[in-house]
Amino acid sequence: MRYEVPESLEEAVALLSRAGSGACVLAGGTDLLVQLRSEAIAPDLIVDIKAIAEVRQIVFTGGCFRIGAAVSGAELGEHPTLRKAWPGVVEATELIGSTQIQGRATLGGNLCNASPAADSAVALVAAGAVASVVGPDGHREVPAEDVGVGPGQTSLEKGEIVVSLTLPARPRYSGDAYLRFTPRTEMDIAVVGAGVNVTLDEAGRCAEARVALGAVAERILLAREAADALVGTSLDAAALERLSATASAACRPIDDKRGTRAFRLSVAGVLARRAAKTALERARGPR
Amino acid sequence: MTRLHVSATINGDPVEFLCEPEQTLLDVLRDELQLTGSKEGCSSGDCGACSVTLDKRLVCACLVLGAEVEGHSVETIEGMAKGNKLHPLQQRFLEHAALQCGVCTPGFLVAARALLETNPDPTERDVRYWLAGNLCRCTGYDKIVRAVLEAASDIRAR
Repeated sequence: MRYEVPESLEEAVALLSRAGSGACVLAGGTDLLVQLRSEAIAPDLIVDIKAIAEVRQIVFTGGCFRIGAAVSGAELGEHPTLRKAWPGVVEATELIGSTQIQGRATLGGNLCNASPAADSAVALVAAGAVASVVGPDGHREVPAEDVGVGPGQTSLEKGEIVVSLTLPARPRYSGDAYLRFTPRTEMDIAVVGAGVNVTLDEAGRCAEARVALGAVAERILLAREAADALVGTSLDAAALERLSATASAACRPIDDKRGTRAFRLSVAGVLARRAAKTALERARGPR
Repeated sequence: MTRLHVSATINGDPVEFLCEPEQTLLDVLRDELQLTGSKEGCSSGDCGACSVTLDKRLVCACLVLGAEVEGHSVETIEGMAKGNKLHPLQQRFLEHAALQCGVCTPGFLVAARALLETNPDPTERDVRYWLAGNLCRCTGYDKIVRAVLEAASDIRAR
């Protein structure tokens, strides 16, 4: 195995493109090193992207936060203004692992590891985040929900790297929230996760909504019908009830050691409703 | 296989070592540098026995490649006592018998020091959440938490 630390995206893409399928991108390493150690993967080449400036920065530009793919959870949580604009994204990221994991784990890694249960990735999908991807054929923008397509599988082509995640400009009266169910309060993987992002109009009615669900299908779901249940309403009890029902209906979960299909269907609706209530409070609150 | 040449700062001292690309920082500390205070528990980032700081940030050494520390600064349990003088955390761990078998202890101490450097006056809840990634299978958590809180108080009083 070779280890390379390119200092530019061009160099990183060239290394990955030449190496073929036996190459892995290293960001925080919290998934990759576990896979290496367990011999789940045996790459010929590891490309550590952390020396590339673009992937390490959080930039606020044109009303949008652009978060480098290799920014750690701890760095995200310490950012002075990001949490105020996107508390759901920051809190979801902080749920991942321990203090030690937070020091290393990255948004880009959580997205590209492509676990359907990835906490920060569910919140990114709800937020409407867009991944900036570079590869041998140049640059493209990929909605966060289209990056992971199955357990451990992404839509990225050979040689492509996620450089950053851009969160859209935040209108006034916007709020997001992410909740998950785990048997333990810490150090666990979501049995179900739900992210909700809403924007209200001046009259307090829901103008825009996005609902994302984790650990209830082979990939993270953007539940459009669940979001439609909120748009145009004041997020009253009836709207939340429809949200709950449509969120559950969007799921296609499996039975596994963490939870049964029936449990996940039920909990998805409950968490979507609770996350929507928190997102609503945040949208109404002072910004 | 070509070994990689790495220069880093470990416990304040400039250190150079050779490592295989596959070797973790924990492998390097224990097998190349004979710094065996950091323990190997799970090798998957779940137990915290290999906790060290990398550029002041608490990490699991088993989830860092040795090659990644090129140009960076690592602090391990070996840098905690100053000669024969124990760090207040070490002193309080002894007084409270906050250890039984001792395998988790270096990780707890390094993690607790990182907590007190960012939050000198933590609540019990702060301590418990911060240390959630450090497992003690002798179930000594209460004594550990009390030792950390008292050491925090000692450091604030200095």
